[in-house]
Amino acid sequence: WKTKQEMADEALFLLLHNEMVSGVYKSAEQGEVENGRCITKLENMGFRVGQGLIERFTKDTARFKDELDIMKFICKDFWTTVFKKQIDNLRTNHQSIFNLSTAKFLHLRKFDQWKVYVFCSFQYLAFTCGLIRGGLSNLGIKSIVTAEVSSMPACKFQVMIQKL
Amino acid sequence: SRASSAVLARDNYPLYIRSSPTENELKFHYMVHTSLDVVDEKISAMGKALVDQRELYLGLLYPTEDHKIKYGYVTNSKVKFVMVVDSSNTALRDNEIRSMFRKLHSSYTDVMCNPFYNPGDRIQSRRAFDSMVTSMMVQVC
Repeated sequence: WKTKQEMADEALFLLLHNEMVSGVYKSAEQGEVENGRCITKLENMGFRVGQGLIERFTKDTARFKDELDIMKFICKDFWTTVFKKQIDNLRTNHQSIFNLSTAKFLHLRKFDQWKVYVFCSFQYLAFTCGLIRGGLSNLGIKSIVTAEVSSMPACKFQVMIQKL
Repeated sequence: SRASSAVLARDNYPLYIRSSPTENELKFHYMVHTSLDVVDEKISAMGKALVDQRELYLGLLYPTEDHKIKYGYVTNSKVKFVMVVDSSNTALRDNEIRSMFRKLHSSYTDVMCNPFYNPGDRIQSRRAFDSMVTSMMVQVC
């Protein structure tokens, strides 16, 4: 069960996020954003927010031991503060790939479960991909984050760590 | 007031340097620069014996020749804070230095969360940052 505060936070985030996606696509129509760059723009917005959030969330935590430690933090503390719940499942190939799966992703909850909408769902996942990438970047991890949707509202975020 | 503070980015370039008025600014820049090696050593695998690896506060960095004591602190985002105080200031205890670093960290976090701030830029915020450092330096008198 969620507290009133949590429900309010969630509703505000959901609505703001939806308007953001809508706003970015509207500016594309008006020629302010290059066509095809909308997803990138949303992802970059998420990136900057992720950088700031991780700075705040790790202010009082102990130093991280390793990459796995950091990924666990993202799945638990970070995800809970932003999405009010933890990531359901974290898997890794113990090299440089991490898969974060969640059964009911906040931004996909209002979608009808028609396959055709899966294509549009990526607009609503870009910001969150950036959020993860930005958070990791500020902790010293360079990565590529993508999202995969097989059946809404479940989705999976894949983090590919780039070793320099 | 004889305390000087510096904030350094992950890649070790300065984001903010403020030396006290009585301090030779160039000398402070040099001290901060030489402190970086010590900081890196303390947080690396080599430093396991030297400092509690889980702590952000690094304590005293290295013994001093000229009555200046250097303290270090590294955030989880690998941003480094270095503070140099006069050794004649014997009233300053570890707890006070720690709380000064906490203030620096808190203000730095606020700067990071400011959407108008571009990460990696020099910190030019007067209200959130500069005035905090001023009041901190005044306390260290």
